[in-house]
Amino acid sequence: MSYKGLPDVVTTRRRNLLESAYFTEIARGLAVTGRHLIRNLFNTDKMPTVQYPDQKRDYGPRFRGRHRLTQREDGSPRCVACMMCSTVCPADCIEIIAGEHPDPTIEKYSKEFNIDLLRCVYCGLCEEACPCDAIRMDTGIYEIAAETREAFVVNKDFLLNNDKDGTL
Amino acid sequence: MLAIVLEATAKIGFMFALIMGLVPVLIWAERKGSAFIQDRTGPNRAGVLGIRLAGLIHPIADVIKLLAKEDVVPAMRHKFLYALAPMLVMIVAMSTYAVIPFGDYIMIGGEKIELIVADLEVGMLFVLAIASLGTYGVALGGWASNSKYTFLGSLRATASMISYEITMGLAIMGLFLIFGTFRLTDIVAGQGDLIWGWLPKWGIIVQPLGFLLFIASVYAETNRTPFDMSERDSEIVAGYHTEYSSLKFALFFMAEYAHMVVAAALIAVLFFGGYQIPWLPRPVLEANAGAMLTGGLIAGGIVLGIIAWAFFRRARREKGWYNDAREREPGFLGSVCVVLALVNLGALGLQPWAISELGASLYATFAQIGAFVIKVAFFSWLFIWVRWTVPSFRYDQVMRLGWQIMLPAGLVNLLVTALWVFAVHQP
Repeated sequence: MSYKGLPDVVTTRRRNLLESAYFTEIARGLAVTGRHLIRNLFNTDKMPTVQYPDQKRDYGPRFRGRHRLTQREDGSPRCVACMMCSTVCPADCIEIIAGEHPDPTIEKYSKEFNIDLLRCVYCGLCEEACPCDAIRMDTGIYEIAAETREAFVVNKDFLLNNDKDGTL
Repeated sequence: MLAIVLEATAKIGFMFALIMGLVPVLIWAERKGSAFIQDRTGPNRAGVLGIRLAGLIHPIADVIKLLAKEDVVPAMRHKFLYALAPMLVMIVAMSTYAVIPFGDYIMIGGEKIELIVADLEVGMLFVLAIASLGTYGVALGGWASNSKYTFLGSLRATASMISYEITMGLAIMGLFLIFGTFRLTDIVAGQGDLIWGWLPKWGIIVQPLGFLLFIASVYAETNRTPFDMSERDSEIVAGYHTEYSSLKFALFFMAEYAHMVVAAALIAVLFFGGYQIPWLPRPVLEANAGAMLTGGLIAGGIVLGIIAWAFFRRARREKGWYNDAREREPGFLGSVCVVLALVNLGALGLQPWAISELGASLYATFAQIGAFVIKVAFFSWLFIWVRWTVPSFRYDQVMRLGWQIMLPAGLVNLLVTALWVFAVHQP
């Protein structure tokens, strides 16, 4: 199997005397690196580097960022504590304590809904498993920082409130 | 007596300032240059009130960090030698400068002051002797740390330094034959001549092979790529200074760059005419001081103006990028350039001063010191440039190159030069 443009067998030829002397080859190498240097020196703003905290790369709408819990039209959480997400979670980072919902057609609701963001692997399986579209990872937040490990365990109120940045 | 002390202090101060000023600049050039060579941006974060100078503030941040850092030492070290090693490396790096002439002479109050700290008869032999002492710092540092990596690193460094010292000595023997002296001031003065009336009699012209051998062996001597096997990260962590931290590490780190500057100064002095400006010997400089100063000031003003224009363009483009003090940086630097350009053009009014005899003499001296500094800066940069261009040699390749190729080449070079000099001087 050969790649386009690349030979199957790489043949090496013997270096000639000039190449063995090494100095001319170093000079050629210096010309290559010098060309890069000069080109970048006069085009610093065309550098592919993203100046991260100042500039941010746009991610697609399918990017899996920090989780959020969605709400029904009346503002109550959609989660029915069916445990699908915590069961499917490969990192076992979702903890749900179920309670009885006053509405008999809904049956259950989550009294507590904690996610350990340090354990989460951002695989998105919880999103897919959820039958009620209650958990989503579409916030686009990926800068998650806190001072203590405990602060990374976020609760239901936090997840329902979407207008927070990454600082916990 | 006082005059002699003052004179020596001033000269030592200049050399010290030159090295210690070039070291942080070289560290910056190493980072920024490698970044640009590899299509990266390089350091641009550390700054004082938004003034970042494209990363030049980073060495200052480094120093603060290294000063504040805990000095972690291995428990089973040899206490005395462990502390001695970084000092030894630094002392050796600093003391070679004593015999390097950085200018011709300066006339003050009718007295002629040679611009060299110690004009030794055996100048170059002193350099070779001191350079050999540098091996001790590396060997002791590696051994006293009581770690296998440092030990391997110091073994390698010692092997390469000892092997290449021989080539280094042989490479410049030809120069000594041609100029007939070990004294560096005489070698530089001899390089001011012209061959056939147009070719500068620089070391690289009369000893091209010697130059190649010398530059390769000083790269090995300073442990820089492609001969950096004593500190190769992927094999032996950081080599002989693996176990050093805090300021002791800083000494090793600074000594590496100080060594680079001394090597660059040696290359400039031995092979590129030291402070000599080609085709412009001192009498010509002195005779045309006024005209050259005027031209230089005008050219400097124009260059500064162009730089200021580039800064202002940048300031306009960067508006709204950061929304903090950093946005004011290009505008501020541009204003500094405008002020400097105005000072430059304003100095044109002092024209009559430049033509006086003292002024002409001073102008010639400073022009020559400037030429020397430019040469040293270029060869220091060459060290960095080569490091980010060529891959390193393997340990056995370094040894084979040193003993089987460069040593015989040095001997052949010496033999040919000796025969040629003998033939020329035959009555």
